[in-house]
Amino acid sequence: MAISLDEVRHVATLARLELDETEVARFQGELNAILGHFHDLDGLDFSGLDPATVAVPLTDVMADDVPGMTLPRQEALRNAPLAKAGLFLVPMIIEE
Amino acid sequence: MAADLSHLSAAEIARLVRTRALSCREVAQGFLDGASLDQKIGAFLRLDPETTLAEADRAQEMVDAGVGGPLAGVPVAVKDNLSTEGIETTCASRILEGYIPPYDATVVTKLREAGAFVFGKTNLDEFAMGTSGENSAYRTTKNPWDLSRTPGGSSAGSAAAVAAGLAPVSLGSDTGGSIRMPAALCGVVGFKPTYGRASRYGLVAFGSSLDQVGPFARSVEDTALLAGAITGHDENDSTSLPSAPITFSADGSLRGKRIGVPQELMGEGIDAGVRARVEEALETLRQEGATVETISLPSIALGVSTYYILAPAEASSNLARFDGVRYGPRIEGEGHIGTVARTRGRLFGSEVKLRIMVGTYVLSAGYYDAYYTKALAVRERMKEEFLAALDSYDFIASPASPLPAFPLGSLSNDPLALKLLDFCTIPANLGGFPAISIPCGFTEGLPVGLQLLAAPGEDEALLSSAHAAERALPPIGRPSP
Repeated sequence: MAISLDEVRHVATLARLELDETEVARFQGELNAILGHFHDLDGLDFSGLDPATVAVPLTDVMADDVPGMTLPRQEALRNAPLAKAGLFLVPMIIEE
Repeated sequence: MAADLSHLSAAEIARLVRTRALSCREVAQGFLDGASLDQKIGAFLRLDPETTLAEADRAQEMVDAGVGGPLAGVPVAVKDNLSTEGIETTCASRILEGYIPPYDATVVTKLREAGAFVFGKTNLDEFAMGTSGENSAYRTTKNPWDLSRTPGGSSAGSAAAVAAGLAPVSLGSDTGGSIRMPAALCGVVGFKPTYGRASRYGLVAFGSSLDQVGPFARSVEDTALLAGAITGHDENDSTSLPSAPITFSADGSLRGKRIGVPQELMGEGIDAGVRARVEEALETLRQEGATVETISLPSIALGVSTYYILAPAEASSNLARFDGVRYGPRIEGEGHIGTVARTRGRLFGSEVKLRIMVGTYVLSAGYYDAYYTKALAVRERMKEEFLAALDSYDFIASPASPLPAFPLGSLSNDPLALKLLDFCTIPANLGGFPAISIPCGFTEGLPVGLQLLAAPGEDEALLSSAHAAERALPPIGRPSP
């Protein structure tokens, strides 16, 4: 099952990764190699196995609903590439 | 400070500090002086004398107040994917260049509570994605035993720092073998606790159901000391088990212990020299009274595919947060989405982008069941198979790495070659099992690691028996880079 250049571009769009055409071509080859390896999972019998597996025997772990320490806004903004008036600044998302 | 402290174990340093034979500042200065060796090794991304000495002073205050702790005055090198408040944390990526966390990872907080202090941030494969340490965006770490070879990854710097005596102990993380692989290649002890025993709060997430923080040291005793300090339930991590911190008993014995050795991990793909050392080590364990038998765990063959579907899938979600909005550099593109895509496209390294795309692909509509659901089922089967074996055996033994340290650059052009090397270590992550690599000799002058794996929660038994094995095996010595 080969992945096409268009599929690579589509996946890159989904992943919010801007790639140039050289990269698209290179990733096509690398993705094909990796996806090709996954063929060893073909034709296996998975009946009787519940795929909803969890890593640890814990479910519905919730924190108590009590007020606690939070990050002061100043701290939260400290690493921002662009911030103003207590907000992270980004280019316009929705045009009028 | 002329004294060379590089040979001291963490246990010895703590004793010297508690008895006031050394001050924390003297310890810090001693290791800062020794750090000039890092010009050859490249283990550290960041080691600031002023910050380090301030940390040491804080540790001294605890000693003076009579609350020194089991790691009093011990410098611990910390992998740069663990958040350290006020100290730049980059995950060896350009997308986090200049990022200064506003909080400490829980394991870092716990280290300090035990009296230790942070001694620099170590190099890694970018976002912990790699097997050789060669995917860092900043520098290449070299193997202290042979500077032309890789130290293994992804915790390359943490392993190399301890092997070279730049730090007595260090912290790394292990998602598919990233502690055990470099431990094997660098001739040090590397331990991955049971999933859930060490908090992941503050560990920059790669594969959330697979990641665990763990220690490197030059002895199992030091490893256990650090493991005890960093484990225990954490309310900030919803996958943290309600277990107590790991404890250690130094009088463990191998007598009567049953060890299963999967034929799938001693055959094809294993270097002949590695296999020979591991077989000799297993013979030594037999002489110590253990029963060692060959077993078969066929699911091992599916481990690489299963892992390289699940880990990238989780990573594609975990790394979505790196978008140039709230932290790290930003590279302007067309509009908001264009800026996000350009920031990520230009500032993530190739391997990271490759794994994000693999993950995105296997989770996308139309492919989800073909890959991701299948991988989850195989994961379940593998866990069941290993647990069944661990009903009859105390431990499962194998090489930690199929190869000894390989030349820098020799495997980095093949997208699959490095990933295939993870097949010995991957099962422990898929099943959440505790696993350790201890040195068991050399092949052609390069260290070989013996891996021992146990059932979830059996960390104490594992460390105790690993200690007994270490006592019986030939000492490893130190490299002279």
